[in-house]
Amino acid sequence: MHMPDGYINLATSAGAAVVAAGGVATSLRNSGKELAERQVPLAGLTAAYVFAVQMLNFPVAAGTSGHLLGGALAAILLGPTLGALVVTVVVVMQALLFADGGVSALGLNVLNMALVTPVVGWLVFRWLMKVLPARTSSAVVSSMVAAAVSVVASATAFVIEYSLGGQGGVAVGTVLQAMVGVHALIGLGEGLITALTVGTVLAVRPDLVKGAADLPLVTDRTAPSRATTVTFVVGGLVAALVLVFVLAPIASSAPDGLEKVALDTGFSEAATDHPVGGPLADYGVSGVDSERAGTVLAGTIGVAATFAIGLAIATLLRRRRAT
Amino acid sequence: MIGLKVTDLSFHYPDRTQVLNGINFQIEPGERVGLLGPNGAGKTTLLLHLNGLLRAAEGTIQVGDLTLSDEVLSEVRRMVGFVFQDPDDQLFMATVAEDVAFGPRNFGFGQAEVDRRVESALEAVGESDLAPRAPHHLSGGERRKVAIATVLSTDSALLVLDEPTSNLDPAGRRELVNLLASLPATLLVVSHDLPFVLELCPRSLIIDQGRIVADGETRQLLLDRELLAKHRLELAYGFDPANIADR
Amino acid sequence: MSGSHAHALHYHGHSPVHHLPAETKLVGLLVFVLSVVSTPPTAIWAFCGYALILMIALGLSEVPARFFITRMAIDLPFVLFALLIPFVGVEPKIAIGPFAISEPGLLSAWNILVKATLGAGASVMLAATTEVPDLLRGLQRLKVPVVLVAIASFMIRYLDVVAGEFRRTRVAMAARGHNPRTVFDAKPLAVASGALFIRSYERGERVHQAMLARGYDGTWPSSGNERIAAKTWIVGLTPALFAVIVAIAARLL
Ligand SMILES: Nc1ncnc2c1ncn2[C@@H]1O[C@H](COP(=O)(O)OP(=O)(O)OP(=O)(O)O)[C@@H](O)[C@H]1O
Ligand SMILES: [Mg+2]
Repeated sequence: MHMPDGYINLATSAGAAVVAAGGVATSLRNSGKELAERQVPLAGLTAAYVFAVQMLNFPVAAGTSGHLLGGALAAILLGPTLGALVVTVVVVMQALLFADGGVSALGLNVLNMALVTPVVGWLVFRWLMKVLPARTSSAVVSSMVAAAVSVVASATAFVIEYSLGGQGGVAVGTVLQAMVGVHALIGLGEGLITALTVGTVLAVRPDLVKGAADLPLVTDRTAPSRATTVTFVVGGLVAALVLVFVLAPIASSAPDGLEKVALDTGFSEAATDHPVGGPLADYGVSGVDSERAGTVLAGTIGVAATFAIGLAIATLLRRRRAT
Repeated sequence: MIGLKVTDLSFHYPDRTQVLNGINFQIEPGERVGLLGPNGAGKTTLLLHLNGLLRAAEGTIQVGDLTLSDEVLSEVRRMVGFVFQDPDDQLFMATVAEDVAFGPRNFGFGQAEVDRRVESALEAVGESDLAPRAPHHLSGGERRKVAIATVLSTDSALLVLDEPTSNLDPAGRRELVNLLASLPATLLVVSHDLPFVLELCPRSLIIDQGRIVADGETRQLLLDRELLAKHRLELAYGFDPANIADR
Repeated sequence: MSGSHAHALHYHGHSPVHHLPAETKLVGLLVFVLSVVSTPPTAIWAFCGYALILMIALGLSEVPARFFITRMAIDLPFVLFALLIPFVGVEPKIAIGPFAISEPGLLSAWNILVKATLGAGASVMLAATTEVPDLLRGLQRLKVPVVLVAIASFMIRYLDVVAGEFRRTRVAMAARGHNPRTVFDAKPLAVASGALFIRSYERGERVHQAMLARGYDGTWPSSGNERIAAKTWIVGLTPALFAVIVAIAARLL
């Protein structure tokens, strides 16, 4: 989901940056003095946690994996303002220290991943908590739905940005279909992991779950949380069925949603042996954990290919303009 | 140097585990005192009270001539230096130098004075070279020494150390004894390392289940096999306090 | 996850680029990338110009090309994505062999490829030549709210600790035969993630205690705010300046 430079034009990127800055400033103002004093180390540790958890690839279905965005999780645990600040810091540092996400797209990335997900996740969570009976199991179910919706919302935000300032070439409808479709599936994984995480925290330290602060505290902490297990089994069953039937045919090791979209749409339109089926498709893309010789090779090939193809396209365009 | 007096201190955590049950003891200015006891005895909990990080429901704590309360909290924190059990909790800044400077800066010293303190504190623990390094890239022993430097830089008159010898190699341990013994400060040292306590602290307290169960000369306590066995304190194989000369 | 990924992209060195203050590099990076992004994709020579600027900076930084190129691998998923655009793009299409290639799609693919690659290259340059504490100080001097810088500082400080705990948990699970394959197998991972949050949070509380013990009163001590000489700014922004010239030229020509 980390957009690089060049996906979205300058005007839209700048607009997103202004919106994102406004959102962050609002969060900072709302969190106020309390953040300054007590919660700075807590927020920092949670940011480290979100960062670590983002590296967690979870199995989605046969051979496919996704990784957590963590925005809804952060909001449910810490509240929307602090959650948004924490994920903002994560996204900004990923861009500056790991070159993950373009600097000109920083506003877009913060908006999509650090503001939309916590805010949408929080709103959905709180709304469900109001509707559902005040029980721990409700919090778990709500977390699941909230996280799944937040991922789809984030993908939708991308599509809106694309329609405003995309560099064209692909119809907005195609992008919408692919992005939202794939992210609905990824959202299920996000929802499950988020729900189980929240469930675990609720069982051990319910006081740490900001979103469930008004739940009556579970007094007997040693009792196994049966509700969590039941929710997990039911939720997991539904999710697994959906995933197996929808996704299993496209067994792929592509871990990232954007790339997944590319592959899916590619499969449907182009001939089966399109240029991407090659060794690069299996590249361990998480970027951070790849250090080995194979990466050296893949990296070199990738960069060389970029320029070779660029040159080819350029020549082609020139020739067409000439005729 | 200042003394410390704890009177009738009782404390339970919010989840109702009663950890301290009427603690009483007194330490004279300049004394070096060991605090021994099994895991879970309440040692760390007791230390956290000494500069007001935890506030007891009952009892009083007197540091120097101040009785701990909200009004004197920052003054007490300035006098009491605290070395935590896990150096990763203590070293939170981006570089070692900034971490050692954290205390002096908070206490309002100017840049020149802060720099001087950072330099001399790191020199005292023999790790001046580490100043620009990131704490998470240090070895366990280096972390420990830097953690000690972070309180030396505040010139605290009373030092409270929670298991300072863990992760130190034998030479590092020896240097630590020498360093601590040479400081012009009152010391209260929690440790499971009985030879270390014997060497550094003429006097020790034993705490078990939130009570002080023994208070006396360290060597006498360590020679009392029955007392030690009762509180899960064991002398390491081959270590006999009776055979060791006084420092 | 490598041992200390907090520095995964850093290349230790003493080149002039390493010694530039971080804030000049940050501003330079932003200006450079904005120049690149604002350039119309048809101005091919302009992109060659940007690449040249980047290569000169790389040469000055003494970061080995191999190191640089491998660290840019983070760009790869988007290379893959861009490569597909011509196949799914809109009309008009041109036939190349068995494929119907979308012409606007082709242009768009090139646009993304070249800009993402140059942007990633510039970002890697910053990350490779800047120590984390310098970066944080640079952000602070650029008036990024001190609270955010403090959170970032804590995050980086404890990233290794937290990720290490997580890694150990996963190793321990694997050692006892956990091999996640279906969605049901994710449960232990998620439980570990919950436990990890609690541990991280409780460590945050202990760190807060450690800060209080050393006199923290809610105001983050700001380290020296010495200003940078105008000359240093000019030197640091030179590559960005050339990029701006290229960008303007690409618009005018
Ligand atoms: N935050 C907390 N909440 C609830 N109980 C706690 C908390 N911290 C410690 N305890 C409990 O209080 C008791 C005393 O803990 P403490 O950390 O003071 O022991 P200790 O003597 O330092 O042990 P060790 O030698 O293992 O460090 C233990 O039973 C522990 O489980
Ligand atoms: Mg302890």
